[in-house]
Order: sequence, then structure tokens, then C-alpha cells
Amino acid sequence: MDIGKFLRKLSGKDWGVHPDDHKRPAADARVRALPIPPRVHLMLSQHVGAPSRPVVLIGQKVLKGELIAAAQGNISAPLHASTSGVVSAIGEIAAPHPSGLSGMAITIDTDGEDKWIDCDPVADPFALSAEEIARRVADAGVVGLGGATFPSSVKLNLGRRSSIDTLIINGSECEPYLSCDERLMRDRTDDIVAGIRLMLISTGAKQARVGIEDNKPAAIAAMRAATSGHAEIEVVSVPARYPMGSDRQLIIELTGREVPADARAADVGVIVHNVGTAYAIQQAVCLGRPLVSRLMTLNGAAAAAPGNYEVVLGTLISELVAFTGGTRGEPAKLVMGGPMMGMRLPHMQIPVVKGTSGVLLLDGYEAADSEPDPCIRCGSCVKACPMGLLPLEMAARIRNDALTDAVDLGLKDCIACGCCAWVCPSRIPLVQYFVHAKGELSSQDRAKLRNDATRKLAQQRQERLEREAREKLEAAARRKAERAAQAAAAAEAKAQTKTASVTEGESA
Amino acid sequence: MLIAIFALAALGAALGMLLGVANRLLRVEGNPIVEELVAIMPGSNCGQCGFPGCTGAAEAIVDGSAAPTCCPPGGKALAAAIAAKLGLTLDLTAIRDEGPKIATVAEELCIGCCRCSKVCPTDAIIGAAKQIHNVMREACTGCSSCIETCPTEALVMKPVPVTLQHWVMPKPALA
Repeated sequence: MDIGKFLRKLSGKDWGVHPDDHKRPAADARVRALPIPPRVHLMLSQHVGAPSRPVVLIGQKVLKGELIAAAQGNISAPLHASTSGVVSAIGEIAAPHPSGLSGMAITIDTDGEDKWIDCDPVADPFALSAEEIARRVADAGVVGLGGATFPSSVKLNLGRRSSIDTLIINGSECEPYLSCDERLMRDRTDDIVAGIRLMLISTGAKQARVGIEDNKPAAIAAMRAATSGHAEIEVVSVPARYPMGSDRQLIIELTGREVPADARAADVGVIVHNVGTAYAIQQAVCLGRPLVSRLMTLNGAAAAAPGNYEVVLGTLISELVAFTGGTRGEPAKLVMGGPMMGMRLPHMQIPVVKGTSGVLLLDGYEAADSEPDPCIRCGSCVKACPMGLLPLEMAARIRNDALTDAVDLGLKDCIACGCCAWVCPSRIPLVQYFVHAKGELSSQDRAKLRNDATRKLAQQRQERLEREAREKLEAAARRKAERAAQAAAAAEAKAQTKTASVTEGESA
Repeated sequence: MLIAIFALAALGAALGMLLGVANRLLRVEGNPIVEELVAIMPGSNCGQCGFPGCTGAAEAIVDGSAAPTCCPPGGKALAAAIAAKLGLTLDLTAIRDEGPKIATVAEELCIGCCRCSKVCPTDAIIGAAKQIHNVMREACTGCSSCIETCPTEALVMKPVPVTLQHWVMPKPALA
């Protein structure tokens, strides 16, 4: 055995898996822009946090980049019209979600002119203050484009508040099949570098490290050439290994710091942004353009023309597939995102959202769904787990609904990367167990909160009823007292008139 | 006259003292387990379990005269929590739990009589006289006390709609 490999195994750093990357030829194909579809559907909730609130009316004419839904609350993002047209509906449509449920969306009938609203470009964006950059990013509705869709401005502001020293730019794109980040790094290198410089100003970090997996030599070369004049930005080639693009793994690889459980990257002085986000931030700050389109990968053996496409948000997947020449045979599985962490979609009438990094049309061989066998306790999942957990033990607990035992085994540290399920020789859907358990736990937490709230309501009602009864009694007593006082006054007046008449009588 | 007053006062004082001492020495402790159970129960005192309020149900569960599954609004989750607290083993798969339900108003039937809003233990029903009433989803505990009061049967219990925020990935089917 190779000594290096042996040492790595010994040190416990041999996490992760090496799936075939399937990135080429899609990654080498020229980017094509999808024509404007007749209709776009913009989901109100395509970011982490509170859904945005519509600020347009049905029948209203909107221009590309016009605000159609405003952010609500601290963690939220606004939404902009992705092309010009007329708002034709605000209602539910099938959401990009594994449940197949629907969510609220604004539908725009496009006019095909794709006319931009007046943007507010900045002559010298690098002279802007940190707050101004974060404000422009927030107004542009930029969210983390690596797939997490966390509002980027919140992260930029967080950086300033919690002394970040290193900004990590995630260009690793470790999911197989996907190549939109690689394409972006090769085609729009200078814009990405400008975005990174803006993020450095906004977070107050001293240096930036761009981590790119070594299976993308062209992207590494392009980024190295573009950052040669900027000493504060370093492009690092990281070994291609899944899940290198997970923030915790990339932070260890690039800085040697480990983010503790129950802590965030900012707690170790690091903040991670995706290269796609860097590009969107550059567009937002320098050109004043909100996030209305994105680069995404179409791939899989059933895709007729695998490649990267510039798609306006809200385009239905069926439009994308139709434009690229339909499918090669019936796809066995339709996935949004990568094959490891992406979600299976029930049909193609689902719109592209900000977090859509790709759409995969997998054929029967790639999908390879088969019945799971019993666990043979081989321990492959333990070796593969990048978080050092025991997937087989946790799944056994969850199977018996012993969720708290699974939490004791570190369920909350699971990043749902899917390595365990990928290596499992019995094809046990381990990640599904973990995602189920996490959902169940959070639903229990929600039920508890709700319970507390309703108990408070019941108590308040009780108090209100008591107060009302008391007030009624008091009012009755007051009225009685008033009546008594009136009666007394009347009696006194009567007595006085009587005495007066008596004295009068006496005097008379 | 004075003798009578003194005698009665002395008697009163002595008996009062006796009561005070008895209260100290012969105190009946409230069962702390009952209090713990009350804390995890819905607390709306809806009475669906057939006991006088949540405290009554908790007492019955503790002394064994009621099953931990007697609370319909609490459902499976509450039954599991109670069983864990009391160290009981429950076969939760046997419980018929159709999932949480909440009251909904059929707007075409509501006549705005305000009878339902008066009985709601959590004030979840809003509306005024001759105005269509509505149920606030977040506040309804699904106790169904309001259902009986409605003269036009406009109130019905419906399962809580599953939304994107509340959906939970199903557990994989056993191999």
C-alpha cells in the first residue's frame, strides 16, 4: 500500500468517495443562452428564510429586473422579474421540492422584448463602503448559488460583525455531472475576481482563498491568471474528492481549521461563498443588476444536448428540455441539482429557481434504483463519512424511531452528503433515514413551540374571562353605589326641604 | 357576656392553631409527576379525553385509569412523550393517528352567530356578529369544542394541510 495513503487512513482524513465525475463533455461545450420562454414562474420561496411578499398586481406590466416581491424579515431575499412582460397570476405551482407539493409563485406572461429596467451602475465599485456593498447585494436578491440559497448579504454583514480573517470561495464543484461553476470560472473569470474583491471589502477579511478541485485544470489556470495581480486572492487546487465542496470539508482543506459541532464557519474566522455567488455579487454591485438568471448544467445520459445553459429564473424544466432537443429515450429519473445531494422531481413542469445548479436526466443504468438488502455491517459507510459518524448505527436507531439515540450518535452533524448510501453494498437508503429523522425532529420542535403558544393563549383567555367577570361585578357595584348615593342625596334634599319647611313653619 | 366572648375567642384561637399545625404536618403533596405531565399537554382543557381538563387527564394517566394515548389533540407525539416520562412501553404503531386536525369554517354556511368563538379555549376563532368567522390555523389546537356549537354545521375538522415548510421526508420502507 502507498505510504501516503496509509498515513491518511491512519490519521482519519480518508473521508469521502470518488464517484465518476461525468462532467465532460458537458463542461467543455460552449454556454448557450435559452430563449425567453412564453411564461416564467417565479417562486416566492427560493431562498432560505421567510418567503418574499408580492408587491405587484395581476395585469401589471413589469420590466426585467423590476422588484416583484419584497423581502420579509431579517433572513429573506427580494425577487425580481426575470424578463419583461405582464403579471398574469399569483398562485400555487409545483415547487422544486422532493415532496412534489406546490408553492406560491408569480407568473409573468413574457413579451419577448426582455427589456431591462434602468439599472444603477457604479463607476468605481471598489470605492463603495462595506455597508453599501452589502445593501446593494441585499437589494439584488443575491443568495448562495452553490445550492444552499442562504441570503448572501446576511453572510456579508455577519462577516463584518464576527471578525472574519479568511474568505473562502468555493469553486470545488464536487458533485458529479455538474459543471456550471467550472464554466463560469472559465468564461467570466474577471467578473468573478471583481466579485471576490467586493466580498473582501464587505466582509473585512484580509485574504481570500479559492478552492478548485484538480479535475478542472482549465478553470484553475484561468483563475490563477486573473488573480495574478491580486496578492490577497490565492487560488488553491484541492484534490478531487466528494464532498470537497461541503463548507466544513473545504475549510479544513484550505485553512486547517475544523468547525466545531453546533458552530458556524464564522466562529472559526472563516466565511464561505460560492463562485457563482461572487459573479452575482459583481453583477449586482457593479452593474446594479438583480439576480434574474443563472448558469446551469443539463446533463445525464438521457439528455439530448448536455451542456451549460444561461437560463432566466422561472423557466420550466420542460422548456429547457424542449429547447435542447428533448430527451434521448424516456429518462428513468429526473433530478434537480447533483446526483448525490440533488432532489428527485416528479415531472418537468417545475420552474428553475436561484438554487438550481443543474438538471439531470438519468437513464435506467445511471439511476440504478434497486431494492435494499439487509445491512451486513461491513463498515464502508463509516469509512466514507466525511463527518466521522456511524451511519449504520444511526440508521438502525432511526429505523426503530429512537431518534434521540440517533442524535446522541451525532445525527445533527450529518451533512446529508450521501457518501454512506453511495458506498453501501446493500444499497440501503441511509441518507433518506437521516433526512427523515432531521425532519421529524424539527417537526417535533415545531409542535412543542406551538403547544407552548396555544397554552399561553388558553391562559390569556382564562385571565380575560376572569377580568371581564370581575369588571362586570365592579361595574354592578359601582352602579349600586351610585344609585345609593343618588337615593341618599335625594333623601337628604327631601329632609332639608322638610326642615326648611319646618323652620319656615316655626318661624311662621 | 364577657366570659362568652373570651371563651369563644380562646376556642377559635386553639382550633385555628390546630388547623395550622395539621396543615403543616398532614400536608398532601401535589403529585410532581402530574405537574410534569400537565406541562407537556396541550393545556387548552378541551375535555375531549373525558376528564375535567388537562390536569384531570394527567392525574388519571398517572394513577393508571387512563391510557397515555387519551389526548386526541396531542396525538402520537404526546403519547410517546408521556410514555417516556412514565417509563411505559407503548406500541405506538397501533395508535390510530390520522395526524393533527384543525377546525375550518365553510364560509358559505357561516351566519356569524359568534357561538363558536365563545367556546374556543385558545381564542383561535375570529369574527364578529353577522360577519363570517374564520379559524387562525396557528392557534387552533384541534380540540373540536366549537364543532357542536355551530347551528349551521359550517365548522368541520380537516387535516392540517401539509406545506413545503412542514413536509417531512418519509421513512424508507423496510427491506
